[in-house]
Amino acid sequence: MANYKALYQEVILDHNKKPRNYGTLANASHHAVGHNPLCGDHINVALNLDGECIDNIAFQGESCAICKASTSMMTTTVKGKSRAEAEILIHEFLAMATGKLDLNRLNNIGRLAVFSGVCDLPTRVKCAILPWHTLQAALNSVASTSTEAEKDPMHAPIGNA
Amino acid sequence: MNTVKTVVKPSSSSAFDVERIRADFPILKLKIDGKALIYLDNAASSQMPQPVIDRLVRYQFTQHANIHRAVYYLSETATFEYEEARRKLQRFINADEDREVIFTSGTTDAINLVMHGYGRKFIKTGDEIILTTLEHHSNIVPWQMLAEETGAKIRVVPINDAGELLIDEYEKLFNERTKLVGVIHVSNALGTINPVKHMIEFAHTHGVPVLVDGAQATPHMQVDVQDLDCDFYAFSGHKLCGPTGIGVLYGKAGLLEKMQPFKGGGDMILSVTFKKTTYNTIPYKFEAGTPPIAAAIGLGAAVDYLSTIGMNVIPLHEQNLLNYATEQMSHMPGVHIIGTAKHKASVISFTVDGIHPHDIGTLLNQEGVAVRTGHHCAQPVMQRFKVSATSRASFAFYNTLAEVDELIAGIRTVQKVFA
Repeated sequence: MANYKALYQEVILDHNKKPRNYGTLANASHHAVGHNPLCGDHINVALNLDGECIDNIAFQGESCAICKASTSMMTTTVKGKSRAEAEILIHEFLAMATGKLDLNRLNNIGRLAVFSGVCDLPTRVKCAILPWHTLQAALNSVASTSTEAEKDPMHAPIGNA
Repeated sequence: MNTVKTVVKPSSSSAFDVERIRADFPILKLKIDGKALIYLDNAASSQMPQPVIDRLVRYQFTQHANIHRAVYYLSETATFEYEEARRKLQRFINADEDREVIFTSGTTDAINLVMHGYGRKFIKTGDEIILTTLEHHSNIVPWQMLAEETGAKIRVVPINDAGELLIDEYEKLFNERTKLVGVIHVSNALGTINPVKHMIEFAHTHGVPVLVDGAQATPHMQVDVQDLDCDFYAFSGHKLCGPTGIGVLYGKAGLLEKMQPFKGGGDMILSVTFKKTTYNTIPYKFEAGTPPIAAAIGLGAAVDYLSTIGMNVIPLHEQNLLNYATEQMSHMPGVHIIGTAKHKASVISFTVDGIHPHDIGTLLNQEGVAVRTGHHCAQPVMQRFKVSATSRASFAFYNTLAEVDELIAGIRTVQKVFA
């Protein structure tokens, strides 16, 4: 539980209040909708690939602060990066959110480390990873994805009675 | 500086010593990250008092064996205690006979029993089932499964902006094809207490039986199934200070006898050959396999405990808590109570402008306050109020006015974080 108090940090609250790259993207080459059916959250991620480079990216949706800030910071991080670099970040972020990334070893997480505390809150992990999961779907030209899809690394029913 | 001061804190009734009651609940002494636990998720599950824990321990230490089978001392003792628990539950809801009390694994299981035992036998293509917008998913999904299987139709009673059923509309839904009414006694999402007695009376004028989902009503009020004249009444043990995995379906004996079994197996038969099996009498016809014996006996102890406090006294204290919380929340800018019915149990669902319920839940947890956030397994209610989720505080008789203050202070803290 050590980190969870730090989850709602200034940077996360700021991205929630003023999300970056919020809106639609005209002529997006790739897009996907991500759903978390457990809470009804959903986000649209649209991006333009110029060759192998993520030239532009935008998102829209309704979600909690953790999800919105995670999406906002994801867009600022992957914008201008290559598809391969984005794939590495997706992999590392999912590993961090599920407590499987050693932050002391060389990685590309950078400022995204503000989300590391989420691994102590199993019911909130899905909020943080939804955008990354959606980005992966978009890059693979999968139109929609869900935290309950079997491919989701966090797919495990969380009780909801 | 804050509106708490404008709300007069009601004095606790002298007849109700909440501190003495709290001493019965070991879990309430728990600290969450150094803060006292303020447990306000009683609509999801209530906590267990020491006498019930002790009863479970005594059963496991000195009385456990399988029931209804062997002739030795332990089996006879376990059988007696299990049947004694059934009689305690019978008295708790004032059923006419103990064989009208069927032990199930919970409310969901009880409703599924009615769907399979009554619905699949008596509801056919073109028949109609009346449900309400306020139903928990457990009283929607089984009927949708039946409708899909049989071609029956589901009609839904709408609600008003306060979260109250529109009874005029309910009455208009009846026709010669209406075969069953399913209604939640107290809404788990909003707290609305529905006028089930009137609804049952009306359904009966059309010869239609009524299934009442009493999961949220039994913890908050005295339920008398004979006075209600309901045909079926389903509820859960773990919302009544009892164990999980146990619940009750009450059914009128005449109806239960006409129904087909739900699950097949041991204990529910009189004789079995490969040519023909004869089913046991009620309630055993519906209790296939070894039941949760310890949980049933624990639930018997739980209703004894509640009866000692008094099911007539409990709602007085709980209404005090509800009124105090409602009064304070309605003065808080940006806070909206969802569900403002005239008659409510001690459940308060709310939203806060600009803050997602999950963020509220996580931040309140940092103050030690446990509330439920989400759709409460009542998505049609959420859709009606055009929200995807709410936060919900639900009070039990062991909650205090000081805990309401902590909840209110917690919500203010959340608002400050997001300011």
